Formats: sequence, C-alpha cells, structure tokens
Amino acid sequence: MYQINGYFEASTIKEAIDYLAGNENSQVIAGGTDVLIKTRERKSGYTDKDLVGIMRIPELKGINLDDDGNILIGSTTTFTEVEEDEIILRNIPSLSAACGSVGGPQIRNIGTIGGNVANGATSADSASTLFAMDAVICLEGPEGKREMPIKEFYLGPGKVAMNKGELMTQIKILKENFMCFKGHYIKFSQRKAMDIATLGCSIMVKTTGNKIDELKVAYGVAGPTPIRATEAEAMAKGMEITAENLDLIGEKCLENASARDSWRASKAFRQQLIRELPKRAIKIALGGGE
Amino acid sequence: MEHKVIGKSVERWDAIAKVTGRANYTGDIPQKELLYGKICRAKITHGKVKNMDISEALKVPGVIKILTPDDVPEISFPTAGHPYSLDPKFADIADRRILTRNVRLYGDEIAAVIAESELAAEIAASKIKVEYEEYEFYLSPEEALKEGAVEIHEGTKNILAATKAEIGDIDTGFKEADFIVEDVCATPIIQHCQMENQIAYAYKDVDNRWVCVTSTQIPHICRRILGQAFGMPWGRFRVIKPFIGGGFGNKQDVTIEPLVVAMSMAVGGKPVMVDLHREEVFGWTRVRHAISYKVKMGFTKDGVITAADIEATSNNGAYASHGHAIVAKGGGITTAIYKIPNFRYRAKTVYTNTAAAGAMRGYGVPQITYALETFMNKVSIQTGIDQFELREKNLTKVNEENPLLHMVQHTMSLRECFAKGKEIFKWDDKRKSIDKDKNTASDYVRGLGMAAFAYTSGAYPKTMEIGGCRLILNQDGSIKLMVGATEIGQGADTVFSQMVADTIGIPFEWVIADAYTDTDIAPFDTGAYASRQTFVSGMAVKKAAVELKEKILQAAYDFSKIGNKVPIEDLDIVDGNIIQKHNGQILETLGDLALKTYYDLHSGSCLTADVSNKCTKNAYPYGVTLTEVEVDKKTGKVEVLSILNVHDSGKIINPLLASGQVEGGMAQGLGYGLAEELKYDEKTGKPLNNNLLDYKMPTFMDVPDLDVAFVEIEDPVGPYGNKSLGEPPLCSPAPALRNAIIDALGIYVKDIPVTPQKIIEALSENREV
Repeated sequence: MYQINGYFEASTIKEAIDYLAGNENSQVIAGGTDVLIKTRERKSGYTDKDLVGIMRIPELKGINLDDDGNILIGSTTTFTEVEEDEIILRNIPSLSAACGSVGGPQIRNIGTIGGNVANGATSADSASTLFAMDAVICLEGPEGKREMPIKEFYLGPGKVAMNKGELMTQIKILKENFMCFKGHYIKFSQRKAMDIATLGCSIMVKTTGNKIDELKVAYGVAGPTPIRATEAEAMAKGMEITAENLDLIGEKCLENASARDSWRASKAFRQQLIRELPKRAIKIALGGGE
Repeated sequence: MEHKVIGKSVERWDAIAKVTGRANYTGDIPQKELLYGKICRAKITHGKVKNMDISEALKVPGVIKILTPDDVPEISFPTAGHPYSLDPKFADIADRRILTRNVRLYGDEIAAVIAESELAAEIAASKIKVEYEEYEFYLSPEEALKEGAVEIHEGTKNILAATKAEIGDIDTGFKEADFIVEDVCATPIIQHCQMENQIAYAYKDVDNRWVCVTSTQIPHICRRILGQAFGMPWGRFRVIKPFIGGGFGNKQDVTIEPLVVAMSMAVGGKPVMVDLHREEVFGWTRVRHAISYKVKMGFTKDGVITAADIEATSNNGAYASHGHAIVAKGGGITTAIYKIPNFRYRAKTVYTNTAAAGAMRGYGVPQITYALETFMNKVSIQTGIDQFELREKNLTKVNEENPLLHMVQHTMSLRECFAKGKEIFKWDDKRKSIDKDKNTASDYVRGLGMAAFAYTSGAYPKTMEIGGCRLILNQDGSIKLMVGATEIGQGADTVFSQMVADTIGIPFEWVIADAYTDTDIAPFDTGAYASRQTFVSGMAVKKAAVELKEKILQAAYDFSKIGNKVPIEDLDIVDGNIIQKHNGQILETLGDLALKTYYDLHSGSCLTADVSNKCTKNAYPYGVTLTEVEVDKKTGKVEVLSILNVHDSGKIINPLLASGQVEGGMAQGLGYGLAEELKYDEKTGKPLNNNLLDYKMPTFMDVPDLDVAFVEIEDPVGPYGNKSLGEPPLCSPAPALRNAIIDALGIYVKDIPVTPQKIIEALSENREV
C-alpha cells in the first residue's frame, strides 16, 4: 500500500521549485514508475512524503531543436514520446531504441526520461546512450539555472548532483555530439520485455572510409553509475575496422569497467558482455549486421 | 461412439464474463464493514521469538487488534490438499500453527494485524518490535543434513522422510550390462506465479458458523483443515470459492484461510480479508521442490536397460506441506515410461529454511523427467543410438502392470507421438539443415532436442479418488450441473457441461454451470489437483448423466398415452427432443416433458441424479516435446526457434481448451528450462528475487509459437476415452530445451535453468558431454 502524506500539483516550474524548497518533506514525482514502487515497498525516505507532481508543467514537456541545432528534451517527456519523436528518430535513433527497451508499454507511456536519469540507477536504459552523447543536464532551482555534463551528474548508485529544491528541466544533446555519428544501443537482459538490463551498451561512431575517426562507448551496469570506456575510445581513434581491431577495442573496454559478482550475474559473465556488446553495436551501427 | 458435443471446441461458458471483467473473483465481492489483515513476518531465518512488543503498533490509527501466537489455538495442523487419511501412518504431517513462535524461514508468520484499512494494518505490522534468539540456518539439504545441524522441526534430524523402492536386483542388472552410464543433475526452486495472488476473507454467518471465501483449488479439503486447525467440528465451517485466477498447485494447499478465520473470530465475526502481495506469494506460500539426482543405468550393447539406480534428494523447505509425496512419485513415473527389470529408487526429503515446497503443476514429474531425459540424451550421444530409437527400445508396453504402482495400462501411444511429432516438426529436415551449417564460423549455432514423459490421471492408488455430481432437470428441459470439482481457470466446468450434454442428448448451452464451489451446496469432491477432474470427476458426471437420462426416458414412457406407447428401449434423447430411435421421429421436446414431470397432478416429481463415484483405476497419459534452439555463443542467449508438444491423453474432450492447457504448460516449461529460479541470500537467508522483475518468468515476447498435436487413441478406463492433460504439458519442455542446447554447442550443461551465464561458463570451461 502507498503511505503518502500529500500531493501538490505544480503548474509552472516556479511553483514546483517554491514548493520543493519550502517543504523539507517534499518529493518530486513525475511518471511515478520509480517513486511509487519505492513507496509501495516502504523504502526509507519514500513513505509519508508530500509529493509534488510535475507532469502537467508545459515547459518540461516535448522535444525541440534550438537555434544551434542542439536537441532539447524536456525532462517529463515520456519514453514513448522520445521513442516515437521525429527529431530523435532522424538524428539519434539509438536513444529512441533505448527508450523503447524500457519495461513494457504501460511503463513507457508514463515513465519519463528525466526520471530515468534523476533516479540515479546505473541500469537506466536511456542513461548509457545519453552518456555516449555527452548529454548536458539542465537544472533549475531557488538559486537559478545551471547545467552540467551527465557524467558529473551521476555521483553514485541512486545519487545525483541535485540540490534540495532543484528540478531537472531539460536534457540537452549538442549537435557536435551526434552530427555525422552513427549509434546503436544493445540492452542485454534475460527477457525481451519487462526487464532490467544485465548490461547496457551504447556506442556512437564516426568513420571515414574504413577508419574510425571517433568512437564513444558507454555502459550501464558495468559500474556503480553509467560509464564511458575512455581508454578504448582513445585507442580506437584512427583504427581500421577489422575483426581483430574490434576484438582489441572490446578487450580494452574492460579497463574502464568495474563489473562485480552479484546474485544477478557473475563478474566473468558481465565481462564477457562488456567485451562482446560494443563490437556488435559498432557493426550494427555501421550497417554490417551481426 | 459418435459424439455430438464431446470432441468439439465449444466456447467456455465463462469466457465472455472473464474477458469483459464481469466475472467476480474473491476480491470483487463487496462486504459490509470489511476489515483488513496483514501478516507481521519474521526478520530472521531460523530461531525463536523471545519477546514481542506491540504497543507502538497498537497506536496506529485504524488498528483494531493484533494477534500473536498467544491469541491463536495451540493446535498443529497439516496444510497439504490431500484427501484425509483414515490410517494415521499416512496422514499428512501436522506441523503448522496459525502463527508461530518458532521461526523456520525468513518471513515466517509471527503476528497479524487487523485494521480498518490495509495501509493501517501494514504500517502497524512494521511497528511490531521483536526480539529473537537466532540459530544457524540452512538453504540446501546438504547443509541441513550436516553433522550437528540444528533441527528445524524437533526430532526429525531435518529428514522429513526417506524411502526405497526396488524391483528385481540391481547388482544382477548391472552385471548383465555391457556398459554403464552415470550422471547427476539438479533442478531449481521455482514458483507458480498464478495471476491471482492468495486472497481470502472470513466472517461469522447468520447461523453462527464460520464462512471462508477463498481462492482455493480444494474447497472441501480446506473446510476439513479449518476444522483441524481450530479443533472444531468440520461442519462448523463453510468454504466458498468464487472465480479463480489460476492456482497451478499453489492453492492446493491451505495458506491464509485459518488466519482469516482466526482474525474474524478475534473481532466478533466481522469480515476480515487478507490479500497477499506478489512478494509474499513468492516468498511465503508454496514453491516447487528443488530435487537433485544421481542416476546410474546399465545397458546391453543394443541400448536396452538392464538396471537403473536413482537417488533423489528433495528440498522441502521449512514446512512439510505435500512433503515426500512429490519426490516419491518419481519412482512409479520412471517405471511408467521405461521398462526396467532391475530398479532401485531411493528418495530423501529434507527440511531446510527456504520456502515450504508443496504441489506445483507436475508434482515431481518435471523434476524426474528432467533427470531421466537428460540422462537418455547422454546415453544417446555416448552410444550413437538415435534418441527416439533408444527410448523406443525401452518403453513400457500396453497391458503390462507397472511394478511400483500396480496399475495395468490399456493405452500407451508414445511411439505414435514420436512418429507424429517427427513428421509435423520436420525433425529429419531440420537435422540435415543444422548438420549442413555445422562448420560455419558463425556466433550462432542451432540444435535439436527432445524429451518424453509419462504422467498419471488422478492419484489412485496413492490416495482415494472420489468424485461427486448432482444434476437437476429444470422445468424447461435445461439441466443444472453441480460438482464439487473445482474450476480454477482450466475449463473444468465447460468440459463437464459437454459431458452432460453429450450423454443426455441436449445442446451444450442447455447445461447450467456455476462459478462458485460452496461446501454447503456442492457434492463432495476433493478438488483440482493431480490432473484428476476430467478423469475422476468426469466419471461421476457421466454416472449422473446416465442416471438422469434413464429417469427422463422412463418419464417419457410413463407420461405417454396408453395405446400410444413407444417401447422404452426405442426411446432416446437427441438435440433436446425425445425421439423414437428406429425412425428418428420426434415425440416431444425435453422441455414439454420436463414441465409434465414437475406439474402433473398425480405423478409429478423433479428429476435429479445425485451421485458419488469411487474411482479405482488410473490411466497414464504420455507425450513428447521436440524443439529447435539457436544459441549465441558469445552471450549465451538462447532463442527457441520452434517447439512442439505431442500428447497422448486419449480422447480430447475440447480441442481448443486442450490446446490452451498445453500452450500454458509449454510456456511454463520454457521458463523452468531457461530462466526461472527463486534465489536466497547466503548471508541472511532472505529471498532475493521474490518479485516478477527479478524472477525471470518469460513474457509473451519470450515465448515462440507453441505447436500442439494430439494422438487420440481412446482409453477404455477414462469416462469418455480420456486421460489426463492438466499437468502433463510442462513435464518435458525443460529437458528437451536443455538437450537442444547441448546439441547446438557440443558442450555439457548440467542444471536448469540453463541461463546465458551458465552457457558462457560451460563454453569457457569447454565441458565435455
């Protein structure tokens, strides 16, 4: 059962921030697909809260291109909305695929991309792709607006760099981080739906002829937060795309990963996936199939 | 015999009500002044409650009362949905209390809150302070059996039972063998995941008896166990079962029913409901027994079995529930499928601190089938004898007595199932195609697997089998059907209605079934389990239908005018009309006749038949699974490309419902073979994945097209030539899938579920088959 103290529906960003800042017991709720689960499970810090609904704030919704050609995604845009959006499909189809791999249709119809990131989970399906694109998180709070790279936003498992009273308003993807790149996301999970990733791998690759100009490899569940395989990325620069080189890249990716044994999967198994998935993702992104 | 309704895919009578949401389940029935109950669960895995402080919990607004072990009867009772045993030697073990001070598993039921709302009850339950004395806990039989282990139940040494069954002499049998093969395997703890969680409420009725409305497979047995739990005459209780959202054996056990009655008793008979959460159902109702096997068999060089020695160790968890019956069943099932001249079957059931294992669809047979059919696969690989051929050399034959179960089978059509299966599945073509691709360097490899099984129809001769049926001819010629057999979603009421319509000679729509089973009203029948109802209860339905038909024809004769009488032997009922057999002429409608039987001034009476039928036979159903898989060697992912079940269940009463049964069982078998396992934390004993996110039951997306075929050879024992079908479908998919994975990879994977991780581990170690 849900033990909730109160519910306040904000209609503007300012209203939401004022309420959040002024009430120690407040908790933002967007789609509720994480917050309500935790409330039902009586997780500490999630019972008896004053919930602040932000789903009907118009400025937090929708996907747009700004004047510089950057993509702006409102934080309460649902997974389904991201998945089906024309701008996303045309420019960053891997993010569409990542959002389309979340849970099931009911969850995707209400769960939001902002919530997915703000929840701070390493397994968040949209997060590894946002990492691969060096997404920028836009926050607004009582002190005003600020922006930060997504890799600084994640502090640890379930921990993000948001202050009391702050609201995530947008996720920004700079043009330079997706133009001329091809991307692909692979979610490895036991089930084809309604599942959490055992490992998520998202890549962005830019090539000239058969040479890699730039490669970005991001993982979910390869560490306490989503990570980038920076060592492999540096090595890949200028590499010819051959089976041997892809093997080298896969192996190198292990250097940034910190997979561990848990009852969900062994370290060795996760490492095999860390090795294998970027190779496949690169091949698929470049249209080579598997 | 020509059938008009049996063998037809009539639409189940409750289909529209269910898909439109009009069907009322336990939680849908409104109650005045309903109170809610919540169980307070132990936070240790093994030990004793030393002290309990409920003062803070009582302060939560809305809380009415809190029950502790001091507030419930000091009576131990059994919970298994077995018929009562007159011989105390065979009685189910009585080891449960409504609430316990002895904690035997994490989450054991130590107190219960009654409140005005579910939330208040839940908050209060979290505020109960408990002091424990903690013992060492055991998550596996090996740990529970070690020297000096603390006894989970006093005086047991943690052994619930150990038995041995023997035929011939295994030493002689092994001496006669040209070669001997040995293997070991283990099966996991899994959960039923029926859609509707356990839910029940109880109240004191106007006649001062206790009514329990519950989602149960066994209403009559549930009433008996309530009587036992309270030490009161069984007639003081009434159990009512509305529509049920599945059970799969999880509700062939008494779980929350004694508690809701105790709660209602504590509040002066007001209705109190307990509605378990999914997490509670996973962790603290019942699970499937994890069984490990050591198998050793001797063969002649032609592949004929000379001896078999099987040792099985079963993890029963913290309470007896169905206990040893599950692993014990494996012996008789082995000799039901294979002819083994020298056989030894040793079985041990062990208490541990995991969830109590009880009945689950298949009742030990998916486990033994996994052991046998992966073993036969190994023999086939080692000898090069084709796997169908190897089995055919050793199958039992008709009219032979099962040396352990002492039943003679009149039909056994596995050979026909194999032939039909291979043809439909295009086994040989698939084999050629796979062999052709064998040497390509792809990451993806394909393989074929098969596995066969035997099952039983009902539980005779292990326990008594009785079915009850009452039929009433209504005033318009329609017929009211009343059975004690339990409709739990499988369509039992629909096939009973078909039996009545077919036997009496009326349209299916004229039979009126019932969503409710009410122990005050329904004839006695032990309920839905052991794949028994179409077979055992079907016999009672047939007996009642034959009797009512005779009465109807007698009435038709009696009411016809003197001088105009047709000899009774020449009367029949066809499509709801009384006809003259020899020329098919309609004499009157059944409705006209029925009206006369009620209202004739001199000789009217309501025509009924009310029978109880003892079944003293059993007929074994058989079947086979054939499957093709593709395995990703780099990630261990298994894609099931196709899967087919072929069943010998005798005459199929309703092909559409039967296919549905088979498809559901196959999907469950898929989960069993590839994905599902309830896991426990080694450090705390707490269940780790008692939820549908972390417990990897397949979704619709993970299940391929499920192909189903039947070999319909009528069995002379079944009431309509039918044998059982309820549980059989999930017995063979898991070993067939595992065998296909082995075939694809050429490496050895031992235990289910065969997860991607296990495949990667086996590949990296290059384990030989």
